[in-house]
Amino acid sequence: MTATTADHHDDHHPTGIKRWLFSTNHKDIGTLYLWFSFVMFIVGGLMALVIRSELFMPGLQVVDPHFFNQMTTVHALVMLFGAAMPVFVGLANWQLPLMIGAPDMALPRLNNWSFWLLPPAATLLLISLFMPGGAPAAGWTIYPPLSVQGGMGVDFGILALHMMGISSIMGSINIIATVMNMRAPGMTLLKMPMFVWTWLITGFLLVTAIPVLAGAITMLLTDRHFGTHFFDPAGGGDPVMFQHIFWFFGHPEVYILILPAFGVVSQIIPTFARKPLFGYTSMVFATATIAFLSYIVWAHHMFTVGMPLTGELYFMYATMLIAIPTGVKIFNWVATMWRGSMTYETPMLYAIGMVFLFTIGGFSGLMLAVVPADFQYHDTYFVVAHFHYVIFGGTILGALGAVYFWLPKWTGHMYNETLGKWHFWLTVIGMNLTFFPQHFLGLAGMPRRIPDYALQFTEFNMMSTVGAFLLGFSQILFLTNVLRTIKGGEKASDRVWEGSEGLEWTLPSPPPYHTFVTPPQVK
Amino acid sequence: MMLNRRRQTAGRVPDIAARIAAVAAALYASVGHAEWALNFQKPVTTIGHVQYDLHMLILWVCCVIFVVVFGVMFYSLFAHRKSKGSTPAKFSHSTKAEVIWTIIPIVILVTMAIPSTQALIRMEDTTASDMTLKVTGYQWKWRYEYLDHDVDFYSTLSTPRAQIEGTEPKGENYLLEVDNHVVLPVGKKVRILLTAADVIHAWWVPALGTKKDAIPGYVNEIWVYIEEPGTYRGQCAELCGKDHGYMPIVVDAVSEEEFDAWVAGQKSG
Repeated sequence: MTATTADHHDDHHPTGIKRWLFSTNHKDIGTLYLWFSFVMFIVGGLMALVIRSELFMPGLQVVDPHFFNQMTTVHALVMLFGAAMPVFVGLANWQLPLMIGAPDMALPRLNNWSFWLLPPAATLLLISLFMPGGAPAAGWTIYPPLSVQGGMGVDFGILALHMMGISSIMGSINIIATVMNMRAPGMTLLKMPMFVWTWLITGFLLVTAIPVLAGAITMLLTDRHFGTHFFDPAGGGDPVMFQHIFWFFGHPEVYILILPAFGVVSQIIPTFARKPLFGYTSMVFATATIAFLSYIVWAHHMFTVGMPLTGELYFMYATMLIAIPTGVKIFNWVATMWRGSMTYETPMLYAIGMVFLFTIGGFSGLMLAVVPADFQYHDTYFVVAHFHYVIFGGTILGALGAVYFWLPKWTGHMYNETLGKWHFWLTVIGMNLTFFPQHFLGLAGMPRRIPDYALQFTEFNMMSTVGAFLLGFSQILFLTNVLRTIKGGEKASDRVWEGSEGLEWTLPSPPPYHTFVTPPQVK
Repeated sequence: MMLNRRRQTAGRVPDIAARIAAVAAALYASVGHAEWALNFQKPVTTIGHVQYDLHMLILWVCCVIFVVVFGVMFYSLFAHRKSKGSTPAKFSHSTKAEVIWTIIPIVILVTMAIPSTQALIRMEDTTASDMTLKVTGYQWKWRYEYLDHDVDFYSTLSTPRAQIEGTEPKGENYLLEVDNHVVLPVGKKVRILLTAADVIHAWWVPALGTKKDAIPGYVNEIWVYIEEPGTYRGQCAELCGKDHGYMPIVVDAVSEEEFDAWVAGQKSG
């Protein structure tokens, strides 16, 4: 790598709308990703509130069943592909170059393209709601033959998924290239911050998993329109094959969502415990092990399809194995806190909340792995509770914590701590009120994806709906806090936090438009 | 009791005020008559009991680990605060601790895997059954064929539309009632074959302790040995389109004599 000096750097810096449309700057593109994912988070959240409004009481009050199915499907797709995945690409864009001492991402033009594919993709997905026959309504897993029945909205959805997938692949290629090639002299792989490690591993998961999804949905498209019978038994096809292919993507996808959040928490906890991360090397190996295992456990999402006994046993054992590296990570975080000197600023609250709530989702995941019991849990609200603990409790709390953690660095201003704490507590109370009762609903026998339910499920559904509205409206505090911090506020120091460690904290707050044009030396 | 409570929520005029009143009434009533079911429905089959015990075992294992891990974490959060004058220790790894907290979970997992494997082997063994029931899922009803008895009928939701739309009070078995019940004998091993005619469905009666998908082009198998007579209710558990929420299952478990009489009645009818 050749080091150019700052004086001779070609400072390409368009202004106005061009700054954002044509940006090749990792900080600007990071900002775009973060705002995009926030907008999608709100859109997906509003859909969740439609779902919860309908489920407040037995009977049909708000929407018809077909629209309800569109809401559950599009809510999931928007949250996963529009909010949860892009938010971490945004964080990676902002943070990876700052954390490894690189001047920018390795492939800046690709970076621009991978972001600007997302808004049209999201538009395609959302306008499918207004197509004849409506949006995709077969669940986010789009299982055929049901998904073959849908109207042209399904094709819009497939095209949107393809575009979001291409965006993710390009984003992760860029991240892998950046991490592998642009680290500052002296920063060996095993000196990289955990957030960088988890993203490197996530990048490999993305470039290998997304093409599998692309294959599955392309076969679905040709089944729908071009006379193929990949998944149609009447033509010699196999509907279960779709599920195998889908989950071969789908399970790594789960870890794509959670690993960067693990990385965030591994940055935040040592900072506020004022103590180095416990077991760094075992953290790296645990992350890699989880990523590897994620490829060999896919069929645990489909234990009820009627696999042979030996297949069920294999997938049960393999799935239980994931508990071991995941346990290592949780124990390491607790050991990092142990005998530290802790303070509880908002990012730390989010990190602790993430460890606690993600682990609850981990426990229900372990229960789901036990096949004889899974026959009862499968496709019930217990599963809905499980994956919301993992994705909201893990991924989203991790992302919110990351924003509070790095926002002073990005803007040069401290956010409002009181407002941040209110946001944290209302969010976790809202989240638990929404999703904890769903465990009970599922165990008592309420299937997922139904617009109307038997009377014995009324009470917990009411609680869940109240919680969902609390959770949704609490996010106004977050938006307010972020906007106020961008506009002004107490000046943030370069180190921001007392326990800060790492290259990003050696830069001014906010960092100049171009940073590390001369690579720093890492000892 | 349930009926009375729902009567308050029913209003013919769908205006906002009536809805708010209905919601308030339902909220108020639910405080007094809540069901609050927290766990599995009472299992009534041999495998249902095995499943229930296994479920409780893992649940308790998870609870114990939860208390231990978060007990330590919350103690640390309380005791190792900067405001209490805690100074940070310097350690950053301990091979001994890391080996211990890798080995212990492995031991726990193995002890959980053994009963799980035994239970699964038993659940998947559909041999030596006394009779066979074939179930076919349709959008949105079930078809039941008694292969040994030459009985064949469809079963659809019998809850009136007016109850769903809220213009009539909801009955006790709202959405869990059908026109033709499945009748099965107690004390017999019944093999159930599952398939579907259009999209994927899943046949699930929680009290029977099993669930399996009904997939076009496939014939899946489960078995039940019902121990107690009674009426057991369930639903389709795999999203199958618009009326997925409206294709329930009702099983009447009766004595062998009553079952024979029912079969005879079906044939003459």
